[in-house]
Amino acid sequence: MASSNSNQAIKVRRDNYRYLTAISFCAIIIVWCALTYSGLVNEIFIPSPTDVINTTVEMAKDGSLWINCWYSIKRVMVGWIWSAVTALPIGMVMARSKRFSAIIQPIIEFARYLPVVALVPLTILYLGIDETQKYVIIWLGTFFQLVLMVYDTVASVDKNLINAARTLGASKWQLYKEVIFPASLPGLLDDFRMTIGWAWTYLVVAEMVAASEGLGYIILKSQRFLATDVIFSGLITIGIIGLISDFIMRLITKIIVPWRERLDD
Amino acid sequence: MSKAKLIVEDLNKTFPAKRKKSEPVTALAGINLEVDESEFVVIVGPSGCGKSTLLNIVGGLEQATSGRVMISGKEVTEPGADRGMVFQGYSLFPWLSVRQNVEFGLKMKGVSKSEREKTAQEYIDLVGLSGFEESFPNQLSGGMKQRVAIARTLAAKPEILLMDEPFGALDAQTRVVMQELLADVSRKTQNTILFITHDIDEAILLGSRIYVMSRRPGTIREVIDIDIEGERNHTILVKPEFLAIKTKIMEMLWQESQDAALDK
Repeated sequence: MASSNSNQAIKVRRDNYRYLTAISFCAIIIVWCALTYSGLVNEIFIPSPTDVINTTVEMAKDGSLWINCWYSIKRVMVGWIWSAVTALPIGMVMARSKRFSAIIQPIIEFARYLPVVALVPLTILYLGIDETQKYVIIWLGTFFQLVLMVYDTVASVDKNLINAARTLGASKWQLYKEVIFPASLPGLLDDFRMTIGWAWTYLVVAEMVAASEGLGYIILKSQRFLATDVIFSGLITIGIIGLISDFIMRLITKIIVPWRERLDD
Repeated sequence: MSKAKLIVEDLNKTFPAKRKKSEPVTALAGINLEVDESEFVVIVGPSGCGKSTLLNIVGGLEQATSGRVMISGKEVTEPGADRGMVFQGYSLFPWLSVRQNVEFGLKMKGVSKSEREKTAQEYIDLVGLSGFEESFPNQLSGGMKQRVAIARTLAAKPEILLMDEPFGALDAQTRVVMQELLADVSRKTQNTILFITHDIDEAILLGSRIYVMSRRPGTIREVIDIDIEGERNHTILVKPEFLAIKTKIMEMLWQESQDAALDK
């Protein structure tokens, strides 16, 4: 009885949460409609919802929307996976070895302040203009931040767990594999989720050069024609894909680390 | 007389000054102690006397400034599976089930899965957790968590068990239950145990020998052999022998705190 009551309470809380989310989205849409349909703002600055929907439907019908989505998702995912795969071991070792950290950390702290846009000419010079260059842009935008996040997450693993494992006979490698990695997994999944978001924000930079498809590319192209309806359509599509990827990552986190305890659960 | 399992020889520990103007702190000064095979030794002392530091040095988690720690005649400086530790904060792995937690030490040694399961079950039964094998730590109460921690340490078959105020975080009733459980377990398994507490009742209830420590810098002030007839459970708490020893230790610790207060 008590448990069904508390389940009910959780359900009510979750429903409330959903209502609030719906309200905040509706509010934005209402303001958008009010500004555009009333003629208060010129449609060159903000296109009306009808225009944006029509444009999006058109792009969906002729297939360009899906092709552009596919290219962008592929670029973001490959760049992001490179970033995750390279940042994970470096961040982990940094957190455990002062010497390694002394060598690597200053370089990373320096590199993360470099504006990625300014690096575009160099990437073209070194890598050419094919897909690799686009992956590298996403990687450059996310890797340095992610290393420091991984470092921080791994460094804050409960020291008592490490001590317990050492007195149970864990070797150095076993300590990484059996304790440090699983203990930091919830934090690492959060770090990866955040980084996907950043990866999307670098998409336009990645598709600045020699791209003939992609959501970033169509946004850039539309700038020249002041086709704000296409820009809005592209932005909203990126936002929706972002929400979906965020949702998937949260779901994966729940499945992989069901034991994690959070304040907001 | 059986041979000494653990020997601590003239151990000193000084923490360097943290800031320029502060003085280095001497935590332990000239500690000597011995734990024989199958013996249950308790160290009792006022809080801040360095007893946890002492246990961490024996466990290899901290380094002594000078002196030696020897297990079965061999000097140790690093942590190892020969010295199993149980901590006040349980330190269970939250991503592993009770069974997997208990199997952890065996897995590190490379023991086969079937062998691991068998041994783990044995110790899970021993600490009275049968039926909770597949539960996760966050589903257990404090007392149950500490049972898992004890089973996990025992399953790794250490030569000596080091326990750092393991029942300090439990409520009074659970603590008594756990003390009796540990007395029972140590009688059955004949483990060698070094146990730290500031609870005098607990020290006398469990120990066959008690080292009383002074306040900082920690030294061994007195060694008391406990020889109380009958089973070790809560009934001994009212026996005259028990009360005599308790009075003696209380006076010593009272003196220590009195000195500490006057020192300021």
